[in-house]
Amino acid sequence: MARVVVLGAGIAGHTAARYLHLWLPKAHEIVVVSPNPKWNWIPSNIWVGVGQLTEQDVTFDLAEIYKKTRIDFRQAKGLSLHPEGNAASARPYVTVESTLPGREGQLENIEYDYLINATGPKLNFGATEGLGPEQGHTVSVCTAGHAKEANDKLQVLVDALKRGEKKTIVIGTGHGTCTCQGAAFEYIYNVDHILREQGVRQQARIVWLSNEYELGDFGMGGVHIERGGYITNGKTFAESLMVERGIEWIVRAHVKKVEAGKIHYETLDGSFHALESDFSMLIPPFSGVGLKAFGRAENDLTAQIFAPSGFMKVDADYTARPYADWSAADWPRTYQNPSYANLFAIGIAFAPPHLISKPMQSANGTPINPAPPRTGMPSAAMAIAVAKSIRDLLNGAEKPTHTASMAQMGAACVASTGAHLLRGSAATMTVYPIVPDYEKYPEYGRDLELTFGEIGLAGHWMKTLLHHTFIYQARMLPGWRLLPD
Amino acid sequence: MIKPANKEPYQQAYYPPVPTGLTRAMRNNIVWQIVRFFVINMKMLKLMRKSH
Repeated sequence: MARVVVLGAGIAGHTAARYLHLWLPKAHEIVVVSPNPKWNWIPSNIWVGVGQLTEQDVTFDLAEIYKKTRIDFRQAKGLSLHPEGNAASARPYVTVESTLPGREGQLENIEYDYLINATGPKLNFGATEGLGPEQGHTVSVCTAGHAKEANDKLQVLVDALKRGEKKTIVIGTGHGTCTCQGAAFEYIYNVDHILREQGVRQQARIVWLSNEYELGDFGMGGVHIERGGYITNGKTFAESLMVERGIEWIVRAHVKKVEAGKIHYETLDGSFHALESDFSMLIPPFSGVGLKAFGRAENDLTAQIFAPSGFMKVDADYTARPYADWSAADWPRTYQNPSYANLFAIGIAFAPPHLISKPMQSANGTPINPAPPRTGMPSAAMAIAVAKSIRDLLNGAEKPTHTASMAQMGAACVASTGAHLLRGSAATMTVYPIVPDYEKYPEYGRDLELTFGEIGLAGHWMKTLLHHTFIYQARMLPGWRLLPD
Repeated sequence: MIKPANKEPYQQAYYPPVPTGLTRAMRNNIVWQIVRFFVINMKMLKLMRKSH
């Protein structure tokens, strides 16, 4: 009998747990450890942030779902990995700290045969002074709770606009190294849509502020698509939508400090600016959650297992190279840790070998470049590949049997630009592969047959369908395994 | 009659393409969007087949 421990129960961790439950013989144990009692369909948080959905619409209790399965759920956060065990036993274990009400702070060592690190990111609001809803002056849509708070403040702003006041809204990224521009992109258009529906759009100045070199970069170096007889960069379409909705944009920006009503930022040319703001939603940079690792003699293995960013090293090629020498082959395939074969990291928890967008520094040496996105679709693909590999390893395979490289898979993104059954719209985008492969596709790095984008009401229907489908699937309701991930 | 102000050139919003009325109408035309819904689904299924 073996025990597989999954740290984290987001899209990656919960997907891995579901498939391990499906594929592993009953003799094996599956333990899921998550500090959050609820699962969250994060892509719909933007609708909570404008009051079109509630927190309850995008979350459910993990314990209730796991109770119906053989998955053992521990509401706790991982503190440290001990891949060599300790002086008393050579069996690997993870130390976790309970977050269950009434048991907060209690420590537990959970032994494992295989461990999947799917902790997701730490929302590193502390990287920028004054950023974030707790210690700062900005709102967030990164969690359902944050999104609810964002909507509460947005409604106060709408009331002020209805009284005839003029307001400035700033939405984008809160640091030069952020990823997840897509969430901010969706939020800015949903705020615009809500203000139009309320008849107060003309009272508001809306500004996009981001670390992208050009609009439409999204941390993937942008995309090229075929449209209207041309092969055109996504920048054209992103700018077109901004102009159509009357939104201004500032790119190549690193937010240095946020004060009440004012955002200070530096741009790639090394100049410094300040922007007045009455309401701002700025995505924080991500880092690893701060897991430590120790050897059998309590020697610190953290730097061996984790990258400086806190994300776990996997089978990527981490050799530092200039942009021109980057290759699709640098990206991990099996997500196995190179030091300990029974450790895997998936979703946002694995350390990418490098950026996808070209690295940039301001004249003052400040990095201003988006980090690589790791959205739901690739996270689920990694989770399924790792679950299959662990199943096969337990059956006697000598090495991981399945792969899911971001340089060999596509991603679909349906970005809402306004929620309404008949007046809504969304930008539907697909890219293949996520990481450009210039050896296979020399001109643009991607397959233009599978890379496309369009805006329309059909996209909104698609996003609504995905919302219900993925929540149904995550709740493990009858037939969930028949639905695509 | 008041002469309308000349459109300010060389500004951020001066350059990107702006959708025509027809393009905007088709984005919310129910019949056309039902067609696009199926097309998008087909494209996504093709993408997923190639990704797995």
